[in-house]
Amino acid sequence: MHPPSSPAVALDRISIVYGGPGGYEAVAPTSLAVAQGEFVAIVGPTGCGKSTLLNAAAGLLKPASGEVGILGRPLAGLNGDAGYLFQQDSLMPWKTALDNVAIGLEVAGTPRPDALARAAQWLAKVGLAAFGNRYPHQLSGGQRKRVGLAQVLIRNPKILLMDEPFGPLDAQTRLIMGNLLLELWAADRKAVLFVTHDLEEAIALADRVVIMSSGPAATIIGDHAIDLPRPRDAMEVRLDKCFHELHHGIWSQLRGEVLKAYQGTAA
Amino acid sequence: MTELSVSRPKLIALQVLVAVLLIGFWHVGSSVPIFGVYILPKFFFSTPGDVAMRIVKLFSGTMIWKHLWITLTETVLAFVIGSVAGVVFGFWFARRPLVAAVFDPYLKMANALPRVVLAPIFMLWLGLGIWSKVALGVTLVFFIVFFNVYQGVKEVSPAVLANARMLGMNERQLFRHVYWPSALSWMFSSLHTSVGFALVGAVVGEYLGSAAGLGYLIHEAEGVFDVTGVFAGMVILAAFVLLVDAVVTKVENRLLVWRPDAAGRT
Repeated sequence: MHPPSSPAVALDRISIVYGGPGGYEAVAPTSLAVAQGEFVAIVGPTGCGKSTLLNAAAGLLKPASGEVGILGRPLAGLNGDAGYLFQQDSLMPWKTALDNVAIGLEVAGTPRPDALARAAQWLAKVGLAAFGNRYPHQLSGGQRKRVGLAQVLIRNPKILLMDEPFGPLDAQTRLIMGNLLLELWAADRKAVLFVTHDLEEAIALADRVVIMSSGPAATIIGDHAIDLPRPRDAMEVRLDKCFHELHHGIWSQLRGEVLKAYQGTAA
Repeated sequence: MTELSVSRPKLIALQVLVAVLLIGFWHVGSSVPIFGVYILPKFFFSTPGDVAMRIVKLFSGTMIWKHLWITLTETVLAFVIGSVAGVVFGFWFARRPLVAAVFDPYLKMANALPRVVLAPIFMLWLGLGIWSKVALGVTLVFFIVFFNVYQGVKEVSPAVLANARMLGMNERQLFRHVYWPSALSWMFSSLHTSVGFALVGAVVGEYLGSAAGLGYLIHEAEGVFDVTGVFAGMVILAAFVLLVDAVVTKVENRLLVWRPDAAGRT
């Protein structure tokens, strides 16, 4: 067993370079630790390398330098302790919602009837009990995200990595999905690394909000504790006075980076 | 695309009208002299009535069923063998880029070759029986299935693939749950084309040299200037193709329920 004190995710001075040595440096040496049970959100302007950091934590991308530690051990290959919720549609389109949720258990050796039974329970937890036999294209964007959430959580990963998971959804659906996520997270408090470009979403959900500078050679330039009480309501909390103060403080820092990134693309 | 704004009965009426006009023109041109001249001389064009009678006569005998059976057997064999080979090689090439790169020019060459020129060689090798026709069909079906499966394996969405890996799939499981269904969906989307080509291979092969099948029937009639027989054979062949195509559509809708376009078509 890993000691409870070791962080769930420890990125130690990792840098990410595309195109081999001397190529495009997307992320300059950066360190970030996520404690067990902690919900950390990474916010930054578009194209700053937020997702790149997440992919390094997932083991999908090998950093050019530095170490990735998962639960106290160095990461080699894919991160088997992590569940990853992608921004793009990543359900298998040829499987029904139920089969999509069950697959994570099936490939780990759970007999199919058991896997299907537990998948049905998970679909109910995300509010899709009646949609098990639908194919992904027959579901709305929000419903597909719910299936994706169930698909990841059914494996009971210790770490949850989320890459702008609610990005493609409309504003109302995002709020609802945020609440669903908080509710499911409160049940067993996994370590969460949540990437978003939406500062309000980040403050509403996270324990800590980390700000990244605009790329290239992006790095972490701010780390803000969010001491809003839990359990939170992702909608109601936005009306809170403390929420506004936090938002104001973080935004004044983020704004400069967003403008820099914007000028970089406009020029 | 402009929306079709005509009711179904009206559409069918219009479609029937086209057939009536065409057959009417054929009938008048071949049996009513206009200023003493037949526009469509009987010798070259036969008449719709004669062709219909010939078809009835053919189906009242037993030989036609044998011809149909032979052509169907050749088509099915060509389709199955060509598909299996296409799937195996499609997977192999897609997962082994070196193999694909080495064989690329040869594949392009083989695919560019008009397959009809192979028919005499197959007849030399395999005789006048069904296997020379099957071989011709296989060379046609193989490339369609091969290219589709190759594409299907190559074009798996990177997000779906990364997700499957993160869900803990090993190579074998990726094959079964991701690559295989993706490749199959591409293959099935070309089902109409490949079945059609299997049939083309069979009929062309028969036409060039055989003792049975629809192609043989047409060729035989042609050899004795029996135009009525040629047209009757063509009508039967067309009906046969429509029937096979209908079966393929049924199978396709069954297998591709998960596809947005397939569901929309039903």
